Amino acid sequence: MITIDSLIKTYNTTRVVDRVSLSLPGTGVTSIIGPNGAGKSTLLSLVSRVLGPDAGTVIADGIDLFTAPGRDVAKTLSVLRQEHHTQARISVRELVEFGRFPYSRGRLTEACRASVSEAIAYCNLEPLEHRSIHELSGGQRQRAHIAMVLAQDTRYVLLDEPLNNLDMVHATGLMRLLRRLADDRDKSIVTVLHDVNYASAYSDRIIAMRDGAVVRDGTPHEVITSELLEAVYDMPFSVHEIDGDRIAAYYR
Amino acid sequence: MPQPDVLAPPAAEASATAPAAPPVPRRRGARRLVVVFGALAAVTISSVALFLTWGIDGHWDYALPRRLEQLVALTVVGVAVAVSTVVFQTLTENRILTPAIMGFDALYVLLATTLVFVLGAPRVAELPGLLMFGVNTALLVTVATLGYRWVLGDSSRGLYTLVLVGVIASTLFGSLTSFMFRVMDPNEFDTLMTVLFASFNVIDTTALRVAAALLVVGIVAAIRMVPTLDVLTLGRDAAIGLGVEYRATVTRLLIVVAGLVAGSTALVGPIVFLGLLVANLAYQLTRSQRHAVTMPAAALIAVSALILGQAVLQHVLHFNATLGSIINLVGGVYFVGLLVTESRS
Repeated sequence: MITIDSLIKTYNTTRVVDRVSLSLPGTGVTSIIGPNGAGKSTLLSLVSRVLGPDAGTVIADGIDLFTAPGRDVAKTLSVLRQEHHTQARISVRELVEFGRFPYSRGRLTEACRASVSEAIAYCNLEPLEHRSIHELSGGQRQRAHIAMVLAQDTRYVLLDEPLNNLDMVHATGLMRLLRRLADDRDKSIVTVLHDVNYASAYSDRIIAMRDGAVVRDGTPHEVITSELLEAVYDMPFSVHEIDGDRIAAYYR
Repeated sequence: MPQPDVLAPPAAEASATAPAAPPVPRRRGARRLVVVFGALAAVTISSVALFLTWGIDGHWDYALPRRLEQLVALTVVGVAVAVSTVVFQTLTENRILTPAIMGFDALYVLLATTLVFVLGAPRVAELPGLLMFGVNTALLVTVATLGYRWVLGDSSRGLYTLVLVGVIASTLFGSLTSFMFRVMDPNEFDTLMTVLFASFNVIDTTALRVAAALLVVGIVAAIRMVPTLDVLTLGRDAAIGLGVEYRATVTRLLIVVAGLVAGSTALVGPIVFLGLLVANLAYQLTRSQRHAVTMPAAALIAVSALILGQAVLQHVLHFNATLGSIINLVGGVYFVGLLVTESRS
């Protein structure tokens, strides 16, 4: 379990993350939704240590993320950032091998190689293994990064808007992959999503944020309601039940 | 919650991989490296042979020891410039900035000049040369590490902002230095010149040894950090995600870079475009981003360039130029070319 306790981040005078306290479960898919500027990505950046907080603590399975050695944290929690502008001209396999860095410090063992191959196979990347990542399409590159995170073999996987720039085919493929990871591997997937319907269909739990604070934290059935979505996004929603999922219509 | 066919292989995945071309065999890259390193080694060995034997006219016992000494110095400087540039470029995630372009060398000269200016020539002349070198190096390492950590710390600054900062910083340091040159007493200026550069043509053996020792320490430190450097090519955020202690690593690497720059500037003076030239040639030739590949390739190119340049300087130009000016001529043209191609892409 990740316990976030009164986390605060201020830019100039605006509190982007305002005393957020949360606990994220040790398994399952958790989505964070909310309008632009709600503090979702900032919250994720704080938990992934890319940004320093002004106050507060985050403890993941007993490890204090802000004081523990980076190496220990990297064995517990991995991050897939919104823009991975990796200009590195490396092959898919080399990228995935970086996932073993917290364990190997650059010297891959046999076990490391096996887990790299396994991660590549899990993401159906075997045919692309030796291709350079900058030759791949957006969806393939996204999967290559997922494979790297998989090779890192952490209980917690944080993703910041992983569906950005993906068409619905690749977006659905990616969400299924994340769901499979949570179900087969017992991982805890925490992802920031803009599409409330993907959140509704794939999450065990949804956290709705607005103005740097958590508005609601519950199952899709508790969170995806027209009242709550209207309160979070300030626009009309009509929520329908389709094939057991709550689907929000908001296009008109 | 209802979750239709989550375990089934996703259709999207299958269709995305279908049009994949047959995988590029890994061996092609490996063979390329063998060819590149073979060629670089051949060039380096022949330039060493040329440098040692050109116009020696049978004066072996006189010329050879001197030339060997120069050779050692050029080699150490070449490796230092190559390693510091590659490290710095990984740190700043770009291929245009180098320590020299960002004004590290100019800062070294400025600090040395300021020391002589403040202390006065007589007192400096009394000091052992090594002490001056040590103080200078320590100053550069401190000022450069603090200053550039601050400049590079804000990741929101784009590449061109950094280029501008670098150009302004090196011009500023250069102007301050020449201002002090002008108001300086001629004797002080003379002292300064001897302290500042153990030039290649007149080598001061002690300075050479100390600078070489410093450079070797820096190079070893950089080599030990090769795996971390490789991770840094993924970018700051990814490196943090993989457990790199980013701030501490950047500080350590900047210290290494500053130390290498101090040592090589003390030996040959600023050669602004050498690092840029050799690092980019190394990336282009090896097409690799692994530091275990790019650092030695850049080092071999740098060593050959310096040795050949010095040979041409001695035998063709008869010392009517400096090594720096020859390399800057080639490197400067290359820099402009790089800026043009970079702005087009």
